[in-house]
Formats: sequence, C-alpha cells, structure tokens
Amino acid sequence: MRPARAWVRVVSVGVKTWIEGWPVYRQLTGTDPLGRGAAAQSPKSKSLTSRTETADRVAKSVCPYCAVGCGQQIFVKDEKIVQIEGDPDSPVSRGRLCPKGSASLSLVTSDRRQQKVLYRRPYGKDWEELDLDTAMNMIADRVLAARDATWQDADEEGRPLNRTLGISSLGGATLDNEENYLIKKLFTAIGAIQIENQARI
Amino acid sequence: MAEAHPVGFQWVVEAKNRGAKVIHVDPRFTRTSALAHTYLPVRAGADIAFLGGVINYILSNEKDFREYVVAYTNASMLVSEEFEDTEDLSGLFSGYDPETNTYDQSSWQYAGQQDEGQEEEESHADRETASGLEQESHGPPIPADVPRDPTLQDPRCVYQVLKRHYARYTPEVVERLCGVPQEKFLEVCEAWTANSGREKTTALVYSVGWTQHSVGVQYIRAGAIIQLLLGNMGRPGGGVMALRGHASIQGSTDIPTLFNLLPGYLPMPHFKQHESFDQWIDAIRHPEQSGFWANAKSYAVSLLKSYWGDAATEQNDFGYGWMPRLTGDHGTYQQVLDMIDGKIKGYFLLGQNPAVGSAHGKAQRLGMANLDWLVVRDLFMIESATFWKNGPEIGTGEIVPEECKTEVFFMPAASHAEKSGTFTQTQRMLQWREQAVEPPGDARSELWFFYHLGRIIRERLADSTLPRDEGIRRLAWDYELHGELQEPRGEDVLKEINGYDLTTGKLLSNFTEMKPDGSTSGGCWIYTGVYKDGVNQAARRKPGREQNYVAREWGWAWPSDRRTLYNRASADPDGKPWSERKKYVWWDEEKGEWVGDDVPDFEKTKPPSYRPPEGASGVEAISGDDAFIMQGDGKGWLYAPSGLIDGPMPTHYEPAESNVRNPLYAQQANPTRKVYQRSDNLTNPSPPEQHSEVYPFVFSTSRLTEHHTAGGMSRQLAYLSELQPEMFVEVSPELAAERELEHMGWAHIVTARAAIEARVMVTDRLAPLRIDGRIVHQLWMPYHWGSEGLVTGDSANDLIGITLDPNVLIQESKVGTCDIQPGRRPSGPELLAYVQSYRDRAGLTPGHHTPIETPRGADGEQ
Repeated sequence: MRPARAWVRVVSVGVKTWIEGWPVYRQLTGTDPLGRGAAAQSPKSKSLTSRTETADRVAKSVCPYCAVGCGQQIFVKDEKIVQIEGDPDSPVSRGRLCPKGSASLSLVTSDRRQQKVLYRRPYGKDWEELDLDTAMNMIADRVLAARDATWQDADEEGRPLNRTLGISSLGGATLDNEENYLIKKLFTAIGAIQIENQARI
Repeated sequence: MAEAHPVGFQWVVEAKNRGAKVIHVDPRFTRTSALAHTYLPVRAGADIAFLGGVINYILSNEKDFREYVVAYTNASMLVSEEFEDTEDLSGLFSGYDPETNTYDQSSWQYAGQQDEGQEEEESHADRETASGLEQESHGPPIPADVPRDPTLQDPRCVYQVLKRHYARYTPEVVERLCGVPQEKFLEVCEAWTANSGREKTTALVYSVGWTQHSVGVQYIRAGAIIQLLLGNMGRPGGGVMALRGHASIQGSTDIPTLFNLLPGYLPMPHFKQHESFDQWIDAIRHPEQSGFWANAKSYAVSLLKSYWGDAATEQNDFGYGWMPRLTGDHGTYQQVLDMIDGKIKGYFLLGQNPAVGSAHGKAQRLGMANLDWLVVRDLFMIESATFWKNGPEIGTGEIVPEECKTEVFFMPAASHAEKSGTFTQTQRMLQWREQAVEPPGDARSELWFFYHLGRIIRERLADSTLPRDEGIRRLAWDYELHGELQEPRGEDVLKEINGYDLTTGKLLSNFTEMKPDGSTSGGCWIYTGVYKDGVNQAARRKPGREQNYVAREWGWAWPSDRRTLYNRASADPDGKPWSERKKYVWWDEEKGEWVGDDVPDFEKTKPPSYRPPEGASGVEAISGDDAFIMQGDGKGWLYAPSGLIDGPMPTHYEPAESNVRNPLYAQQANPTRKVYQRSDNLTNPSPPEQHSEVYPFVFSTSRLTEHHTAGGMSRQLAYLSELQPEMFVEVSPELAAERELEHMGWAHIVTARAAIEARVMVTDRLAPLRIDGRIVHQLWMPYHWGSEGLVTGDSANDLIGITLDPNVLIQESKVGTCDIQPGRRPSGPELLAYVQSYRDRAGLTPGHHTPIETPRGADGEQ
C-alpha cells in the first residue's frame, strides 16, 4: 500500500505541477486574468532581467523627433546607452512613444552613425579622414577668408552694413536653445546674416 | 495629427472618449480621419474658401459669442472710409501697386488713422525681410480714441466689413471651390458654433503644412478669426494649436537661427529702417502705443548686454554699431539662388538636409555644387553631404565630381542623449534634457562646435585693429569649459539667456525686471524666468499624475510660465469666469489679484475696472479688459489694419499652380506672393494662362508616422526603414484607371522642375472632387526619400518650385500641379529632355513668367 500511495502522490504532484505549468490554468485561477504578466511567465522568462533594471543610471530626456516633446528615460550601463523608453511621469506623453521615438535607441547607438570627421577636397572623388582639430582650424580659416573677401562696411550712401553675404547657415530646429543662442550670437558678431533654419520651410 | 504627432493625438482620443466631437478636414484620408467622427475631403489649396464659409455662417446667423467679440476683439472699431474690399476690386484690396506688387496700406487703417498706414516702399521692405507681423501689431500706434460702435451696426465697423467680405463665401461656393457637399460643410459649421460659447470651447488644430502655401499666413488668420468670433481664444479647451515638426523648431524661432530675427522676436537691424539705435528701438516699441512691446528698449539693451557684456555701454549704444544690417531678402531660398549664381562662398548645414527637405531639390544641390566650401554637421551621412557623388544630378551629368570645386567637411554631431540642454516643444514649453553619455568618436555638440569655432576666430583676430573685427574681439565669449571634451555648460548658456541683474549678479525672475539702462542682461527676454530663483525651471519634473491638467510643475513655458496665452480672456470683462465649467483665470476681489489654474497673462494686480489715464502709453495704457496685451490696441484682430502684406482679411486665391480658374475673383493667385522669376525656377501654367492641362492634376505631400522629414534620422534606422521601405504615390482608383496606373507598379510624376518615380498605391484614401463643375484629381506623396540611407528613393520636394508667402517667405509646397504617367521615369540625360518636353508643351520658355497681377480681360483670350 505504501508504495502505491507514494506513487499516487507522486503522480498527483506531477499532475498538479503539470497543470499549474499550463498558462491558461494560471490565467483562469491566478491574479493575471488577461495573461499579460505572471500567468504567461515561463521558467526562462522568469530568469530574465530587463536592461532597465540593471542600468547604472537613468537620464531624464526628451524625444528628438517632432515637437510634441514626449518624455524619455535613457538607461545607461557601463557608460553605454542600453535602452530608451517613454517617461511615464511626463504629462505630455504619459510614457508613450511613437514608432520613431521608440526607435531612438537605434538612432543613438547605430553603427551607421558617422564618428569620424570626413573631408572631400575640391574636385575629389571620395572622402578622406581628417583630424578634428585640423578640421576646426581649416573651417575657421575659411570663415575668415570668405568674410574678408565679401565684407561690406557701408552702402553707397554711407549707411552701415557691417556684414558678409559670403557665408550661409541652415539648421537649428533639431538643436538645443542654448546651441541656437551661441550660433546666432557668433554669426551676428562676425557679420554673417544669412542664418536660417527649418522654421523657414 | 495621428499620423505625424501620434502621441499628442492621445489627448484627442481622450477628449473623444469624454464626448468631444472630432472633425477632420484634409485632402487625404489618414489615420486621423479613421478616428474622427466626421471626415471631409477637400481640395488642397482652397482652405480660405472653406474657413471663409465658416466665418460667413457665423456672421450671417449671428452665431458669434457677442459679449466676447465686443469686449476682446476689434469688431467695433471703425475702418477708414477709403478702404475698398476685394469684393469691389475683383480680388484686390485698395492701395495695390502693380509695379511693386505690394499695397499702400493707408486706406486699411482705422478711421482717422489713414496717415499712419504703411506705404508701398515700407511694405516692400517688410516682404523682403519677412517682418510684416513681427511684434504682433507692427504698425502705427493705436490711440484710445479710435471711433467705435459697440452695437456693431455701423457699416464701417470691422464686424460689418468682415460680414460683407465673406458674404459670398456661401455653402454653395464652398462646395464649388473645395468639393465639400453643402450638408457636410453645414454639419461642421453647426458643430463648431454649437460647441463654442460660455459653457463650451472648441480647439482648432493645424499642422505646419498650413504655413506652406502662398497664402499660408492668411490660412492661419482665417482660423484665428473664427476662434475669436466664437470666443475660443485664451480659454481652456480652445485656441489655435500649431503642431510643429521638429523637437525645438519653436525654440529655434524664439531664439532664432533666422535671418530676420534676433532672440525674443526683436528684428534684425535693417540698413534703412533701423540705421540708428533709436530708430531700431522705436520701430519695435512704437512710442505712444499700448502693450508690453512698449518696453522693447529694456529687452533690446539686455540682449546687447548679453552679447557684448561690459563692452556694451550707453555711450556706444550698447554695441548696436557692431550689428550687421539687412538690406532685403536674405532668406534660405534667396541664398540658394545666390549659391547657383556663385555669390556665396561657404555654407553650414546644422542638422538640416535641404537636398531632400527643401523645395526645389535640384536648385539646392546645384547651389551646393557651386560653393567654395560646405560644412555638414549631422549624425548620419545625408544627401546634402554627398550631392557631389550620389545625387540625382550625377546621373544627368549636371554635376561631375571632377569638375565640382566644393570642399566638404563632414563633422559628426552629438545626439540628443549626448548633451544637456533645452528643447522648446510646440506649446512653448522648455524641457531640460540630462546628458546620458559622452558623444562617440569625433562627434560633438553644436555648443562645442560653435564655442570653439568662435574661440579660434577670436584668437586669429586678437591683434586686429580693423573696425570690422571689434565686435568679435569684444564679444562676451568666456564660457567655462568642463570635461575631457572641453564643452561649455548648457546651464551657463541658459542662465545667460535668462539674464542677470548686473548690479547684484542675481538671475532675473521675470522680463518685467529688465532695464533700458544697461544694468540688466538677458539673451532672450521672453525666456527670462526660466532660471527664476536660480533654479533651472525647465528641469522641473513633478509627475503629471500628481498635478492638475495644467501641470505647471513640469518644464517651463514662455512667457513667465504661462501655459495658455491671453488667458485673461477666460474671464469676462468684469473678471468673472465665463462659466463654472470653463473657469481658468479670474479676478479675486478680496485678494485684489488675478488667480486661477495658470499664471495670469495679465498684470497680477490690475483690476478689471482699470481704465488708463488720458495720454497713457505702454503697459499703463492696457485697460483692465484688454485681454490681448501684446496688441497695440489690446484687442484680438478680426481685421488687421496693418502688418499683413497681402491684405487685412483672408481672401481666397488659387495656389500659384492651379488647374482651376479662381471662381471668386479676376485675380487668380495671391497678388503679393514672393516670386523668383528665373529660367531655373519655372512655374507650371495656371488659368487664365494657356496650357494648364499639361500638368492636369493636383498634388500634395506630407509625413508618415514611421519617418521624419528628409529622412536623416529615420531612413538610417533598420526598424523604421522596414516599416516604410519605399517611396510611393497614392492615387484614387478613378485616376489609376484614367492613367492606367497599376497598384504596386511604378509611376512617375512630372512638373516643370523635375520628374520623379514612385511605387503606386491605389487607394480610396484619395477621392476625385467635383470642383467648379468638373472633376479634379488629387494625388499624394510622402517626402522622406533621397539617395542615402538604408532605403532610398526619389524626393517629392524635387517636384516643387520656389514661390513664397509674402509675409514669412515660406514656400508653397503643400499644393502644386503635375502629371502622372505609368512606368519609371527616364534616367540620365534623357530625364532632362523628358522634363523639357513637358515645358515645351506648356509654353514654358526660359523667359516665361506668370504675371503676378492677373491681367484683366485675360479670360477672354483663352
């Protein structure tokens, strides 16, 4: 008898485990009637840890695409961005992101991103690499040369012009206010007035 | 909205779930239409006819919110006897000068003010510098004694002028021009008016495609007139909401990288209008005018103090002499044409991709191919950086790499996650972003790039004795650097923008503390307060669920953290809420101040009963019931006596390219539109000109949820590219049958500028419309594609020419005419010959140009 009872017990324990391992049973009897949480969990998914949980820190940010201004949380581990999610605190977006905002992890971590300064010389057929400092100095030289070559002190009646029409700049709507401020300040000081951005188009 | 601003659209759905009625008007059925109660297809480019019809419905049925209209708008003011309407002059207002295609605006003024109106020359200069509407009520001072008729019965009062102007915009006319059945149109009118008034408000939402028309400003004016007539401005749930398309396009307008503006909407000096410092100041503040612009000297001097620090003194007009001057149109399109003509040497592209995103892509690329040097700062390799090796003109032979002299620098940029700073979103709210990580490789922020570019330039010029270099040498450019990358701190720049009391070194808390004597600084007066109490207010992040719906402790909105502008209008003239249901800001008699859910957009302790003393000006002249405190007369303008280049009231003109003869007026298109008559910028013919049948269809363009603008931030990403992999054109089944277009097959689209190819999507989302007795077909394209990225394709913007709105110099890119044919376009030099064959048939010889003013009698010649 004993061994038989033991067998029955083993079988019933096995059946119980087997039934409880069935997500539908857990969904019907447990606390997760919609089957979107505990009921759907497998031993494998139970052992997983989300990237957001193990991140070293979270930066509060804002989506870089349209002007709705959805809140983003940027999760960082080992000085690398590991995940970007909607910020549930934001009264603008309440944690939601659209397909573009949801893809912004790949925007910032893409291996297609250019990380090197590239240079195409006049009449060149391809790019060459250039050192950042060298490029900065070359650009400054060209700004000053263009400015010198096209400088206008005054019009024919002596009214001040103080400007160059030899330099143009386009863009700013994807940038920060602080950046636009410095761009306009510098260009105004060197007399470059042909400064425009996406708001004109 | 659901398509291009999906997360914002959740609030429309939320409102819908609470019983709001959602109406969508659009040439094409979109994801927004799918969730709306009512969808109305309309003809692209006929919006003023539609909105004018709504205005006519309101006025002829007296559905306006009369108490609001009398108190807060200029409805009761009398217009000069000399004013003549488009209804009497075949589509022109009085004062038109056919030589300059501008108006002498004297006759548009209020009665007794005729001498104050802008003359043609001034109006012309305003068009060239896109400055017509700067400082809201640009123009003459509006004294308190403008004759008024509060009964609104005088035939010269604005209300009656408006009523006459729109009398012809009947439901029949709306049907004839827009293709909207009368009963559907009336359903909209009834819903809009029934849902406005004391107890209810209606919101009007547009996306900035509305601005991309030769009458774009007047579209928005028409919307504003409706919202003023119905009492929906300055009230919760009301307003006119512009959905803008870049993370900080609002910020880059407030702190502008725009040729005609300085921070806070101060004008860039014009060589003639603003030759001296005093002329500049007076042009902004209009001495004797009421409103907050009267303090413009404080804002302007504070800006100059931020620019030049100690070097800006009273003796040198705070450095005004160092400011460069405008002489005319220096906008992006003028620049591009100047590049083609070899006048411009160097070009910076800062996160913008004009080779795909701007109108007339070929002109953009040919312009860049004729520079000395180009600096492209972006995250990815974009089309504007590779025009010399991968652009469409390589195929046609118009650009040959070995012959293209342009030197190109590609400077990798830091992403939004790799720098800290503020974006200003579409409701004027600044939100601070924390830096997550350092940028990779050579990638740097614009803050880094421009600081160091400025540093190097200043080092080069340190010993210069040239007067021209003084403004650079004396520029306040000492930013503390931090980190390995030697980056200036965004916080320091935001503080500079906020401004300081220079005597105490304390940060200002409001622009009202700014002084005209040089004792305060502030880089953008409307942003003053963002660092109130020394705290970065834009970084506030109290969770939305812990606040009321106004959520004032999240971010910071300009001006002075006001979330709804002109919210004084949410209370009645006596300061009481219009209704309990729509309570927002009101006068608390006991406390003696304005209180409510928002920061009152009014002087806090000025009572509703306040009336200005005789001879008052500036802020003192704002009466206790003048809700529109930035306007020269304190009123919302139903009729604009000055400031608009193309007329005091919106009027239906056909788009610059149309296949419909304007059924309302002899004048076909906007008589003041800005054109560039050149052989490389031809315009398709429109009636009454001949040959409009060569380009028989109407097209429009817009965005897809899965892509962003010119694709630089979306066609480079795998997920988004997979979701929307290919350029396509949507056509109705009827048009597909007419042109034998096959679903999923190829077609090409032709205009006077270009021919592009796309996959065909045959869909009911577009429907043929009956316009003025005949069928008009419309087709639609997304504009995201170009030659770089994971998915490539032809650019819709290549199809579009350069014709601009006269007020703001924005191109008409949301409507044009075209042909569509099955199959792929030709390639190589044959493509040029193919486009030319269309021009030949359309009579577009190199010297051809469409007259701006439609010649009288032209219809008879057809």
